[in-house]
Amino acid sequence: MRQRKIIPGVDPKLLIKDAAKLMPDASRRGFLRGAASLGALTFLTGCDIIDGETAESVLRKVSEFNDGVQAALFSPTKLAPTYPESAITRPFPFNGYYDEDEAPVVDGKTYKLEVAGLVENKRSWTLEELYALPEVSQITRHVCVEGWSAIGSWQGARLSEFLMHIGADTRAKYVWFQCAEGYTNTIDMPTALHPQTQMTFKFANQILPRAYGFPMKIRMPTKLGFKNPKYVVAMEVTNTDKGGYWEDKGYNWFSGL
Amino acid sequence: MTAEIVATTEAETTIHPLWVRVCHWINALAILIMIGSGWQIYNASPLFDFVFPRQIALGNWLAGALLWHFAAMWVLVINGIVYVTLGIVTGRFRRKLFPIRPADVIADLKAALTFRLAHDDLSRYNAVQKLLYTGVILAGIVIVLSGLSIWKPIQFQELTALFGGYDAARYVHFFAMVAIVGFLVMHVALALIVPKSLRAMITGR
Repeated sequence: MRQRKIIPGVDPKLLIKDAAKLMPDASRRGFLRGAASLGALTFLTGCDIIDGETAESVLRKVSEFNDGVQAALFSPTKLAPTYPESAITRPFPFNGYYDEDEAPVVDGKTYKLEVAGLVENKRSWTLEELYALPEVSQITRHVCVEGWSAIGSWQGARLSEFLMHIGADTRAKYVWFQCAEGYTNTIDMPTALHPQTQMTFKFANQILPRAYGFPMKIRMPTKLGFKNPKYVVAMEVTNTDKGGYWEDKGYNWFSGL
Repeated sequence: MTAEIVATTEAETTIHPLWVRVCHWINALAILIMIGSGWQIYNASPLFDFVFPRQIALGNWLAGALLWHFAAMWVLVINGIVYVTLGIVTGRFRRKLFPIRPADVIADLKAALTFRLAHDDLSRYNAVQKLLYTGVILAGIVIVLSGLSIWKPIQFQELTALFGGYDAARYVHFFAMVAIVGFLVMHVALALIVPKSLRAMITGR
């Protein structure tokens, strides 16, 4: 939406393709078929009347208001329901704005997690050191912004404990994540400190495969899937909202569940 | 004067008091936005083997549709709460919608299907109208509650569980939409067949 405003005449199909890539195959086909029709093109032009600049800025204001509402609704102690192993969705879907074979390949031997911002100890962490952190496990529901959901099994370290360990200022507002492919994500501190928010190194007790974000994913069952970054290479504790890949395209910032 | 007396005196001259008309049209706008954007959201991950034509879906793509949906929800819910509250406290629901007798519904349905249903007095609903208006209010409550349980399946997990879990709540939400759209089709068609009913919802008389 915003792209269409900043660069007039930008191919809306690119945007649709961007969005469609995030979808399961069946719906992706339907979406692209619809986008290719002449009717869709007239709709895109016609929809400027209701999707115009004023409407968009009002809608974004309401979305910001909804961020506040969701922050108020968020309980730091309320846990996401957990499931038995038999409930795990197999195969757990790969999901991203690129195809699986385009997913980043991170070398575990040279990998280092960079730590920055309002923390006492800014030294970076090797994978070996991260694996040595106390392990917790969860079988929870991953809910996609598109509506589908899948149950997965994730193991790793509590982010809250890691933040304490590195002397993070937990009065700061945000934690920002950067990923190997350039994906970024900002989350609120209360979610970062939630007991189920996890620095994930394993899926179903196996080292995280490339498809699910090797070497590290941040698993937050209290947020929509796109707020759970994969291939995380850096984190920063900050008071500045640095936005994120999908948030900047129009998805709600808080996206809590 | 109590609200009850105001409403009764008003009812003698007015078919629909001002609050009913204002709530009706705000609701009409909000529900159209909710349905249009809801169709676009559905298309991102369809529950069935079909998608809604993009020409009639609102928001251009998923993010736009979600922005519309989560903005119009406030209008729908706040307006809905005002409407239902006033409907109960003024006694309008009790007077206009109840009782609904199955025998009357069958008789009026027969009359309607043979185009013999009288519309002389718009201030009195026939049994089919009573059933449909009550039904659509209930569908409205179900769609809001199932929507809340999809939006916040963790913070409102007890509510989500009541609908049979997250995935089941999506189906409930969808079928409540189907019920409302079904109502809308009939409602708009009948308002056009009996234009004075449309006039009454605008001018009150």
